[in-house]
Amino acid sequence: MTAATEALSTAQTQALIRRLTALADDEIILAHRGGEWTGHAPILEEDIALANIAQDELGHATLYLGLRTDLDGSDPDRLAFFRGADEYTNTRFVELPRGDWAFTMLRQFLYDTFEALWLEAATRSSYAPLAAVAAKAVREEKFHVQHTALWAERLALGTEESRRRTQTALNELWPHAAQLFQLVEGEAELVEAGLLPDLGAVHARWHDLVTRHLTGKCGLTLPQAGAESAPRTVHTEHLAPLLAEMQRVAREHPNAEVW
Amino acid sequence: MDDGRTLMEQGPEPSTINLQPSAVWKALAAVPDPEIPVVSITDMGMVRDVTVDGGGRVQVTFTPTFSGCPALHVIRESIEQAVRALGVQDVEVRSTLTPPWTTDWINEDARERLRQYGIAPPAPAGEEQLIQLDAEPTRCPRCSSLNVRMTASFGPTLCKRMYVCDSCKEPFEGFKSV
Repeated sequence: MTAATEALSTAQTQALIRRLTALADDEIILAHRGGEWTGHAPILEEDIALANIAQDELGHATLYLGLRTDLDGSDPDRLAFFRGADEYTNTRFVELPRGDWAFTMLRQFLYDTFEALWLEAATRSSYAPLAAVAAKAVREEKFHVQHTALWAERLALGTEESRRRTQTALNELWPHAAQLFQLVEGEAELVEAGLLPDLGAVHARWHDLVTRHLTGKCGLTLPQAGAESAPRTVHTEHLAPLLAEMQRVAREHPNAEVW
Repeated sequence: MDDGRTLMEQGPEPSTINLQPSAVWKALAAVPDPEIPVVSITDMGMVRDVTVDGGGRVQVTFTPTFSGCPALHVIRESIEQAVRALGVQDVEVRSTLTPPWTTDWINEDARERLRQYGIAPPAPAGEEQLIQLDAEPTRCPRCSSLNVRMTASFGPTLCKRMYVCDSCKEPFEGFKSV
């Protein structure tokens, strides 16, 4: 335990664990969806790009779960590979099937923008270990935003078909994206204490940035859908098969040291 | 609790050598980056600190380049082996994220070796804006032309992008600035 963790109350520690796990779970599941394009992306360069992005997101999940280890001694590998769908706390947004290329790029753009802005705010966290992780990860995340913002533009301003698919993807994703900005239990107190970014402020910046890009630059129309209010523990039918595939090797060989 | 330390087992005899940190730095300067073997881990600025205590115990602190870099455990083991080869029995390899690694720490000599190897060295990272859609200017490592096009924003490793030079027509890899 570092000096910083000793200063946390039990309630603060539990809330911090919930937030770190939520972040890691979103990264792991989205990385898996990105990895599903390996060998299937429209061109070789994009195959490699999505594999790179997925690898970065898994790196970030490792950082978040490493912070959790400091708090409760948990094993990141066990959390990733031996929790079922009822224990994962990712958003529905990241677990939806990968869909077509427009859906994949739109989701990645909306997520990357959220992550970049959250991390940027987290660099000012009074919890020093989190501030250090955020300073590291934000440097990597900016490459994802650059890449997926360009794809959103290219698809929206491309052919009639690519535009139709991009708008359809936006219509489907937009209500689910709201779930990224829901507080976990006890998070408000951590925001108050300066340990975590204010999700409301991050949401406002995110909304401004993605709206300017998607409507202003790409000419898309934002749907009028309201916020999706499902808690992070309630999943669609798509998560369980994803986990079954992702966890298969680990669960079949639980004592293997080298995979 | 795993804080990244790796303790070596005690050897049969206590160390009697009087080891200077400079000798450890010199040994680490010979450890190549596993993915770009023309540069060493010290060239890359990854080794942040070396301490040797009175008992000959060596502690090396390094900083990872990319958080998802698959070569991290190889680097960790290589550091351990390089120090052990000096006759040190007690080695601790620690990693730190503070301050975060930046390509600005790659030394001048290594930049030239990257260029000769065909990889465009990174432009200064500095404190650029978070959301920036234009990539930094890059020179062709073969002909030094700035008339280059990025063909893929992600390359064969996390740290690189792909380019084509419109002057000499050669494709090349370029280091991302982080």
